[in-house]
Amino acid sequence: MAIAAEQRREGIGKYLVVYLCLLALAGLQFLIAYQDITASQMFRRMLSVAVVEAGVAVMFFMHLWSEKRGLLLFVIIFTIFVLLSMQFGWSDSFRLTHCGGYCS
Amino acid sequence: MSQADLTMEGHSSALMAGPPFAIPTKKLAMWLFIIADTMTFSACLVAYGFLRNATPDWPRPFHSIVNVAVMTFILLTSSLTMFLGVRTARIGDKAGAFRWTMITALAGIGFAFLHIREWLGLIGEGMTLFKNPWGTGLFGSAFFSVTGLHITHVIAGVIALIVVALRYKRGRYNADDIEIVGLYWHFVDLVWMFVVPFVYLLNLAH
Repeated sequence: MAIAAEQRREGIGKYLVVYLCLLALAGLQFLIAYQDITASQMFRRMLSVAVVEAGVAVMFFMHLWSEKRGLLLFVIIFTIFVLLSMQFGWSDSFRLTHCGGYCS
Repeated sequence: MSQADLTMEGHSSALMAGPPFAIPTKKLAMWLFIIADTMTFSACLVAYGFLRNATPDWPRPFHSIVNVAVMTFILLTSSLTMFLGVRTARIGDKAGAFRWTMITALAGIGFAFLHIREWLGLIGEGMTLFKNPWGTGLFGSAFFSVTGLHITHVIAGVIALIVVALRYKRGRYNADDIEIVGLYWHFVDLVWMFVVPFVYLLNLAH
């Protein structure tokens, strides 16, 4: 009952703003795609926008922000740790690009 | 009652004091699934990035952003309608929650339709899993794997939304179940935010 009352009181204004922010961020990604920059610059900019977009969606639409701090820390720390651990192979992809697969 | 029994009772009551993180068990299970699925998609996108970075003649087959822009708009809007479904369920407006959840499912069907139409267009241009007319054959397998995994999640989400909405309407499920399926739907939307720039926008033919 308390949650229902809180939901009624809160209204949807804040979430409409979140939705518009997400649309704007998605539009920004499309604008970046038409910038005259290198692929690596484009990748970095698009990744930054996507991370912000995902963060907004997780915090507000998925209500992670209003959950217990323990869950928030568990989700964020665990996810970021594993995502960073996956990045070990990039140097090898650069080796393949620059040496055509014949370098040792 | 022996001392050992008392000790055991004390342990079990401490263990059963409440669910971890003070959230319902079903919701925690969905968060764990989302974390696990994040790793699956991340691994696919990292593998895709590895191939793209290591392949000099990577194709740029996308001439128009209209289709992917419309798909993105539909999916983002479906997140808002899903939020409204969860909110109305929490308030206790059963008809409203059912309506918004079904609208979300319809948006998912629209998204899937546009996606499959795009796939058929690319297949019609000669793209298969192992070859395409524009460059390395790896592109087809990478593209179909990443987008295929996502569309599978969308179709599963549409089915889950319809089933949960119908059962909620009949009184078998409650607002918590709408919220949990909503978490899944927002996650599907969140993944698309990464698929669009890396798979589509970085491969635009300028």
